Amino acid sequence: MSVVIVGYGMAGARFAAELRQRDPRRTITVFGAEPTRSYNRILLSDVLAGKLSEDDVPLAEPEGPLDLRVGVEVVDLDPAERTIRSDDGRTTRYDTLVFATGSLPMVPPVAGLTRPNATLIDGAATFRTLDDCRKIVATAATAKNAIVLGGGLLGLEAARGLAMRGLNVEVLHPRRQLMERQLNAEASQLLVVTLANLGVSVRPNGVAAEVQGTERVEGILLEDGTELPADLLVIACGVRPQTAVAERAGLEVGRGIVVDDRMRTSDPHIYAIGDCSEHRGVSYGFVAPAWEQAKVAAEVICGGTSRYLGSRQVARLKANGVDLATLGDPHLDDERAEVVTFTDVARGTYQKVVIRDQRLVGAILLGDNPTVGTVTQIFDRDLPVPNDPRSLLFGGSGDAAPATSSPNATLCNCNGVTTGAIVRAWVGGARTTADVVAATRASTGCGTCRDVVESFVAELADEAATEEVVA
Amino acid sequence: MKLPLGTLEPMPGAATHCPYCALQCGMDLRGDGDLVHVAPRATGDNPPGLCQKGWTAAELLTSNERLTTPTIDGEPTTWERALAHITQRIQQIQHQHGPDAVAILGGGGLTNEKAYALGKFARVVLGTKNIDYNGRFCMSSAAAAGIKAFGLDRGLPFPMADIASAEAILLVGSNVAETMPPFVHHLSTMQSNGGALIVVDPRRTPTAKRATLHLQLTPGTDLALAQGLLHLAIVEGYVDRDYIGARTEGFAEVHPIAMAYWPERVERITGVPVSQQRKAIRILHDAGNALVLTARGAEQHAKGVDTVSAFVNLALALGLPGTEGNRYGCLTGQGNGQGGREHGQKADQLPGYRKLDDPKAREHVAKVWGVDPADLPMPGVSAYELLDALGQPNGPRALLVFGTNPVVSAPRAKHVEERLKSLDLLVVADLVQSETAAIADVVLPTAQWAEEEGTTTNLEGRVIRRRRLRPPPPKVRTDLEILAGLAESLGKGDKISADPRRTFEELGRASAGGIADYAGISYERLDRDGGVFWPCPTKDHPGTPRMFHDGFATPNGRARFVPVEYRPAVEDVDSTYPVYLTTGRVLAHYQSGAQTRRIPSLRRAAPDPFVELHPQLAGRHGIEDGDEVRVVSRRGEATAPARITDTIRTDTAFMPFHWSGAGRANTLTNPALDPTSKMPEFKVCAVRLEKVAP
Repeated sequence: MSVVIVGYGMAGARFAAELRQRDPRRTITVFGAEPTRSYNRILLSDVLAGKLSEDDVPLAEPEGPLDLRVGVEVVDLDPAERTIRSDDGRTTRYDTLVFATGSLPMVPPVAGLTRPNATLIDGAATFRTLDDCRKIVATAATAKNAIVLGGGLLGLEAARGLAMRGLNVEVLHPRRQLMERQLNAEASQLLVVTLANLGVSVRPNGVAAEVQGTERVEGILLEDGTELPADLLVIACGVRPQTAVAERAGLEVGRGIVVDDRMRTSDPHIYAIGDCSEHRGVSYGFVAPAWEQAKVAAEVICGGTSRYLGSRQVARLKANGVDLATLGDPHLDDERAEVVTFTDVARGTYQKVVIRDQRLVGAILLGDNPTVGTVTQIFDRDLPVPNDPRSLLFGGSGDAAPATSSPNATLCNCNGVTTGAIVRAWVGGARTTADVVAATRASTGCGTCRDVVESFVAELADEAATEEVVA
Repeated sequence: MKLPLGTLEPMPGAATHCPYCALQCGMDLRGDGDLVHVAPRATGDNPPGLCQKGWTAAELLTSNERLTTPTIDGEPTTWERALAHITQRIQQIQHQHGPDAVAILGGGGLTNEKAYALGKFARVVLGTKNIDYNGRFCMSSAAAAGIKAFGLDRGLPFPMADIASAEAILLVGSNVAETMPPFVHHLSTMQSNGGALIVVDPRRTPTAKRATLHLQLTPGTDLALAQGLLHLAIVEGYVDRDYIGARTEGFAEVHPIAMAYWPERVERITGVPVSQQRKAIRILHDAGNALVLTARGAEQHAKGVDTVSAFVNLALALGLPGTEGNRYGCLTGQGNGQGGREHGQKADQLPGYRKLDDPKAREHVAKVWGVDPADLPMPGVSAYELLDALGQPNGPRALLVFGTNPVVSAPRAKHVEERLKSLDLLVVADLVQSETAAIADVVLPTAQWAEEEGTTTNLEGRVIRRRRLRPPPPKVRTDLEILAGLAESLGKGDKISADPRRTFEELGRASAGGIADYAGISYERLDRDGGVFWPCPTKDHPGTPRMFHDGFATPNGRARFVPVEYRPAVEDVDSTYPVYLTTGRVLAHYQSGAQTRRIPSLRRAAPDPFVELHPQLAGRHGIEDGDEVRVVSRRGEATAPARITDTIRTDTAFMPFHWSGAGRANTLTNPALDPTSKMPEFKVCAVRLEKVAP
């Protein structure tokens, strides 16, 4: 049985690895439209920031027979014949076809942004592929002023990266607040301040009207008439699932290619995973769901009974110096929802958790937040939240050091010697540290508590002296 | 047959070592009338220090709970009858079912001499392939990973005192403050010199409380954390490219794998916040002199080998192993966990850390043993596989147990107990009526540590002397005497010596040329020098305190990066079993507790098992401190009182594993095995909690 994968990005490569793990000998045919082997798209913001090089981004390739056709795009699908045609003119038969075509960046209809042939003018780039990243980095080498269109996750990561390269960076966000699906006004405002401290300025309600410059970007004219100089323009205005081939072939397509819980499309021989798919009405734009889907598809294709039931959405901003996590839907505020928030403007911290029926349904965690790991796991596993939801924000109750006046306080861990035991030794006639040690074995293990034992004995001596005076 | 049976003679004094953990703290014993006094003693560069267990170790010498006579079916008997009975049953079973029908289970607490003799007894006297030991449950994962990366496994390839000179330590899955308390001396010296301690543990243990940074990860996710730290090291430019180029190989394969563990992904798997991951790698990088140490918390998993490999990869990427003051090590657990895994009581091993399936190794050892190499059996199965096969069709029908108590310490212990009961013959040699001895057909009372001569190899790879303070009580024999006696009655009396010194000399010859080469070590030399680090191939060789400085023990001298991927716990939590269970130790007890539970002061310090729960987890189940809790896994249930503390994760319960009966933690644990080391998944399984109605 031949399995053909269309798309060699994060989803396609993961699926190939999952399939290989279950079936070490089968030849896997993969088409990748980009001219490179598979790479880790998540890391492009680190490449853009200059922290990683291109050599750091390739994904580990599965061992075993792989018919890899990179730089080749699939242009047509004939489900009746079970063949696909690629832009190198070849036709390939499949028994099972897997769409993992991902998504395409959206380019806003701004005057002057594109040439007549629909390509972007020099100095402007989307931020999706390694090639995009190369273009941005090359332009950034000589650029001074960068403008990022779009204040979503990707736009902010790009902006932070460019700022780390020393460029003046301004983010134009068409609405009043950043990441409006994930953040609220308060969090957005704090994020703007945090970013400003990192050299990224954000212009809310910043709508580009026109790109200035003929052959290359020279500036931006905003709808409000402001003119901004720019020699680099990064477009991060969202993505849409890449579904064209599937749609033309008559597969059911909504926002993405519609799949069932087995990741099967309307044609039982064809699957779709990752950004290009739509499961129960949701097209995810994240790696974690794509990898879960890749696993389910591989299991199903190998005869397993695995089912995909949807993923919990966790968005994490990957930008050095900004710690931001948003989970689920933080905007829910019906009467069943319990909302707990905490703001600390001075420390750039904002936290909001939304609880319904003892379950966490949404959260915003901005700034240094020690509970982010725990909160994410509670959300991921749909665990009941603690009775006191404040522990979600601040962690468990503090663990005060035991007071040495308590008779149960252990002074010497190695030998389990309590203050009570030392007092008893004192009462029994031990008057020096050496006597006390001999009687109790305190400090005879690792020796770390020697000072504490000495000062405790000194305290006892002081108290005894005082009592004698009083007496 | 004449055996050197002892009588209780007056005791002068003996400079020996503690009978418990791998620290093997130096100990002076002094007899005074009927009493034995214990005092700490400095050994080598390790300062004097003893924990509660060490101080009270001698109490068991005169305990009325120790065994003083052999028994058959619970009835006291003579040694002659006991040995004759065992001999006759072994011969009968082997005649009917073949040599492999008799099996041996050894222990990591046995001296080098015993471990060696046990392996030889199995292969030469019994001719069985079926021998393994409880080190499978202890060091096997670290050992396998060490061999993969460095070409050999010596827990700490440097003296323990070097730890104090580290500027940062990443301590993974170890609670030394409770498991080997005097070790904390080195950590605290390191910290008072300004060094940072990072502890990775699902619980805020006494060790974690000392840490500069505590990474409180989800049980079973250490591997993902290691990958994430390597990822960050690469992103932040902390990787030592010169070292990698000069001293290692395989980084190119590990690199793309690590790149797939970006910190946000690792946070979701481990629960360790991105900010803490970043802080950890920065501390390790900023320290001129960092050290990575792993222990059972990382290793006792069905992916234990890969987890250790991932931490070794991290250490290699940072340029640590085998450089001056910069290192990687693993903390051995059992008293002779190091030596016990070197001399042939392991299923696939011959003395000197040789491989049983290596023709050259067989030839060498067979020559020392005076047998035909072709007559040596091939490797048998690992400890849990062996226990699981007992009494099954084609499985062993008889088992001889030395120095271990699997009814308490094996995973899925209820099942193991049933397998043991199904045997035609179970022989247990022990000093007390352990839970395993209690179900044995024949029980043989053995000498205690202060009643015998021998050597152990501590966690540093330092071979040290155990010395006799006094002979064992009249009807008690040493393990070597038992093996020699059985060898004689089985017609191979010339093969096993009851004399430790002669046995050690033979061990030296058998190990010569092997990885763990003891050929140059003698009792005289140990008595003179206080200890010798292996390898020590000749009498005039100084021993090897620090390894790998001039190259690793691989064929080309380079350390190997090993590509590994994270995988979840074999049994993850679900709606039926929604809570992780992890197991571990308490300070007052050692291993199955067979010894320490019989010492009154230790029993008082830690009388009973317990279930440690976070207040949130307890609250959801309506459990209050002290309530009886039933913990249920797919393998059985255990009950113990709740101990509520916020030092544990909210999704995890903890039970110490030292007890038998209703509170036996190992009734619950998962026997899923690591594919390489055959280590069971002790450290994580899925359970549900039920409050027991009062």
